[in-house]
Amino acid sequence: MQTEALLHAPEAATQPTLVVERLKAYYTTKAFGIDRDIRAVDDISLTVAKGEIYGIAGESSSGKTSLIKTIVGAIRPPLHVVDGTVRFNFGGQSYNIYDLKPDKLQAIRWRHLSYIMQGSMNVLNPVRRIRHSFYDFAFAHMGLDSATFWDKVRDHLRRLDLDPGVLDSYPHQLSGGMRQRTTIALATVCTPEFIVADEPTTALDVIVQRDVLAMLRDIQRDLGSSFLFVTHDMSVHATVSDRVGIVYAGRLVEEADTPTLFRGARHPYTQHLVASLPKIGDTTRRASLPGRPPSLAEPPSGCRFHPRCPLAMDICSKEVPPMTNLTPRHRVACFAVSGATP
Amino acid sequence: MFTIIRDLIRYNIEFAIGLAILLLLIGAVILSFFSPYPAADIYVVPPDMPPDAEFWFGTTSRGQDNFWQLVIALRNTFAFGLAVAFLSRILSLVVGLTAGYAGGRVDRVLMAINDSIMVIPHFPILVLFYFVLKDEMNWLMLVLILSALGWSYDARLIRSIAMSLRTRPFTTQSVYSGMSMRKILVEEHLPYVMPIVFATTMNNMIWSIGMEITLSVLGFTDVDTPTMGQIIYWANSHSALISGIWWWVAAPVVAIIVLFIGLFLLSMSMNEYIDPRSRLNRMGS
Amino acid sequence: MSLILDIDHVGKTFLQGGLLSRRSVEAVKDISLQIEAGKPEILSVVGESGSGKSTLAAMVLGQQLPTSGRVLFDGVDVASIRSSAARRAFMAKVQPVLQNPFEAFNPLKRVDRYLFATAANFMMAKGKPSRQEIEERVDRALVEVGLTLAEVRGRFPHELSGGQLQRTAIARALIPDPRLLVADEPVSMVDASLRMSIVNLFGALRDRLGLSIIYITHDLATAYYISDRIIIMKKGEVVERGNARAVLDNPQHPYSIALKNAVLTPDFA
Repeated sequence: MQTEALLHAPEAATQPTLVVERLKAYYTTKAFGIDRDIRAVDDISLTVAKGEIYGIAGESSSGKTSLIKTIVGAIRPPLHVVDGTVRFNFGGQSYNIYDLKPDKLQAIRWRHLSYIMQGSMNVLNPVRRIRHSFYDFAFAHMGLDSATFWDKVRDHLRRLDLDPGVLDSYPHQLSGGMRQRTTIALATVCTPEFIVADEPTTALDVIVQRDVLAMLRDIQRDLGSSFLFVTHDMSVHATVSDRVGIVYAGRLVEEADTPTLFRGARHPYTQHLVASLPKIGDTTRRASLPGRPPSLAEPPSGCRFHPRCPLAMDICSKEVPPMTNLTPRHRVACFAVSGATP
Repeated sequence: MFTIIRDLIRYNIEFAIGLAILLLLIGAVILSFFSPYPAADIYVVPPDMPPDAEFWFGTTSRGQDNFWQLVIALRNTFAFGLAVAFLSRILSLVVGLTAGYAGGRVDRVLMAINDSIMVIPHFPILVLFYFVLKDEMNWLMLVLILSALGWSYDARLIRSIAMSLRTRPFTTQSVYSGMSMRKILVEEHLPYVMPIVFATTMNNMIWSIGMEITLSVLGFTDVDTPTMGQIIYWANSHSALISGIWWWVAAPVVAIIVLFIGLFLLSMSMNEYIDPRSRLNRMGS
Repeated sequence: MSLILDIDHVGKTFLQGGLLSRRSVEAVKDISLQIEAGKPEILSVVGESGSGKSTLAAMVLGQQLPTSGRVLFDGVDVASIRSSAARRAFMAKVQPVLQNPFEAFNPLKRVDRYLFATAANFMMAKGKPSRQEIEERVDRALVEVGLTLAEVRGRFPHELSGGQLQRTAIARALIPDPRLLVADEPVSMVDASLRMSIVNLFGALRDRLGLSIIYITHDLATAYYISDRIIIMKKGEVVERGNARAVLDNPQHPYSIALKNAVLTPDFA
C-alpha cells in the first residue's frame, strides 16, 4: 500500500498557488450581555506550491475548519477576519481574496478554486437528478454550449472511474461512497487549480475510503491541481499528503514533509499524536495525552499547548513561540525545540 | 429569576415594551377591584357623554362609566383567556409528549382522538352548545368547552418534537439510568418543548378571546358579566356607531389590540430566551 | 460452562414501505455467539456500515427484538422481559456506552444527574438508598474510570472534553455493577489525543472488574490493540471469527483480507 503512495515532486520554482500570511479570524458573539471572542484562527502563515497536496491535521475544535473557510472566503458573521491576508496565484494573476469584489470572487470560485465540504455526500439536492446539480454548479462557469458541456462532464466522470449513468440517478439511489465520489467529480469538473477538501473520507467505510483517496490522487495527477487536505486522521495524511501542517488551538505548531513528520516530528504534540495511534501488527502499549484540547474562547496564555506539554518551561506560559525553521522545509513553534533562552 | 428579567429588560427591547404593556394592563386589572360602580349596574351616570376630564373614556348609552366597564371587562377577559390557555396547554403537553415518546399503539390511539377533535368546527359547536345549554351556559362551561377544543393542533406540534427527542442518545442513556417515562418526559424533554408551548399559548389566547368576543357579540354568553365582547355587544345593540357614540366601541377594540401586542412581544422575546440553542450559547458551549 | 450471553441463531428482518409496496431488509442473518461467565473478555464486532453490527448491539441491549432465534442473557430470554421490575433487573446487568459523548448527555442538564439517578434507581435492593450511599457509589464508579466526583459535580456537558464525557458515561454504566458493557463506536467521536486513554480503560475494566465488553467498531487498528476475540460482519453475516490477533494478522476470508488491505497505517515506510 505504501509503495503506491504519492511521492511525486511538486513543481518548484513557480509561484506558490496559495500564500496565507498572519491570518487571524475570530468569532465575535454578543448575546444577552455576554461578549465572547473565539479565536479560531490565530496568526497562521503557510504556503502551498503548485501541484502540492498540503495536509492540515488537527483535532476537533482546533480551528482547522474555520481556517479553511477563511482561506476560501466562505465566512459569514459572526466569523470575521481580524488581520492577515490570503492570496491565490492562478495563471499568473494574483488575487487577494479579501480585496475582491463579490462578483470577482464568484468568478474564481469553482473555476479556479473549489471546496469539497465536510459531509459533501449530502450536498446533492435529494429531489433532483444529479445532472441538475452539475448544470447548476458548473455550466455558468465553463462558458460552453450545452452539447460540449455534457460531453466534457461525461468525459470527466469516465476518467474518474464513474459511470456517466449517475447523471440520471437520484442521490438516494447511490451509496454513500458513490455520492462522495460524484460530489468530488462535481467539484473538479471545471478543472480548478486549487481544491480544498474538508474531511472528504470521514464517515466512509474503509474500503470506500481507499477508492475515494485513489480518486483524489488521480485528479491531482491529471489536473496538476494543488490541494489543501484537511482531516484529523493521521493515517490519511501519511498516505496522501506531501506536506502536513499540524494545527492546535487555532495555531500552526509544526509543518514538514510527510516522511519527516512521521519519522522525525519535533513538536511534543505531534510526537505524541503520531506515537499514540494503534497499528495492526503492533501490540505495544499506547498512551494518550493528559489534559484536554483547550477552549478557543479562553485559550491558555503563551504557547497554547503548555498545560499538557511534558517539556513545558517558564517561558512557555508567558510568550507565544514563533514558527522557526529547523530546516528549510521543517518549521516548529516550540521554545524547547528551537532552543529559546528562558 | 430577577437577574433573568433584568437581563431581558436591558438587552431585549421587545421584552421591555411587552413587559411595560403587560404591567399597564395588570395595573388596570388591579384598578378594576376599586371600581365605584358594581359591574352590572346601569344608569349610574349620565349616558352618552363623550370622553372628558370626569369620564376619561366617556359613558355608555346604558349609563355606565366606560372606563370602569373597560377595566372590569379586561379583568374578566384576561382571566378567561388565561384559564383556557392553561387548561388546554396541559392537555396538549400530556397528549403530545406521551404520544411522541410511547409510539406504537398508544400513539395511534391518542392521535386518532386528537385528529377527531381537531376537525370539529369550533364555532358551530359552540353555537350548538349554547342552544342546548341556554341558561346553564356560564363562563365556567365556556372555559371548559374551549379548553377541550383548543389543544389538538398544538398536541401534534409537541408530539413531533417528542418523537425526535426520543431518538436522541441522551434519552437512551436516561432509560438505562433507570428513569421512568414520566421523569424523562418532564425533566429531560420538557425544556425542549417549552418554546413551542409559549408560542402556542399566544395563539391559543388570541383564538379563545376571539371566540369569546364573537359569541358575546352575538349575545350567546352571560350578559351580566362584562367582557370585551360584552361591551361590543351592548354597543351594537344600542347602535353605538350609528349614534355617534364611537368611544363605546373604540375603547374595547383598542384595549384588545394593546393586549395582544403586549402578549405577542413578551411571548416572542421569551421564546428566544428559553430556546435551547440560545440557552446553550449563553452557557458558553 | 454457564453463559452470560447466548445469541442463538438470531436474525432480524426489517419491513419497509407502506401498504402497497413492502420490502424486507435482512439486517442480521442467523448469528450465533456466546460469552462465557467467569472469562472476562473484550469481543470486537467489526464491520462496515450496513453490516448489521449496530442492529446486533440493539438486540443484545434489548432495544430491538430478534425476528428469529433467541437472545439469552444469564439464561433468560430477552424477549420474555416485560415487567418493569424484570427490565430493571436486566438493565442492571447490561449497560450501553454510546457513540457520541456530547449527545449522550442532555446539553441542558448537568452531567452528575445521570450518575445520581442511576445510583438511586439501581440500589433499591436494600430499600431506598441514603444520599451518602448514593454519593459513595457514584464516587467509586468515577474513580474506576480515572475521574473524581469533584471534577464532574455540577458540570454541564459542554464544560467537559469528549474524553472526560465518555469516561463519565462509562462510569455511569458501571454503577449498577453490570456483567456486560455494549460499547457502540465509543471512541470514534473522541479526539485522537484522548482516544487511547478510553481504549486502555476498557482493558483495565476487563482486568480489574472482570467485566466483559462488546466493542463495536469499524476501526481495525483499535480492535487489534485491545480485543481478545473478534467477529467480522458483512451484510448481516459473520464472515470470520476467532482470536483477535490471529484473525487480523492472518485473515482467511476474502472480505477480511480486503478489509485489512484497505486500512491505512499512520506510518511512513
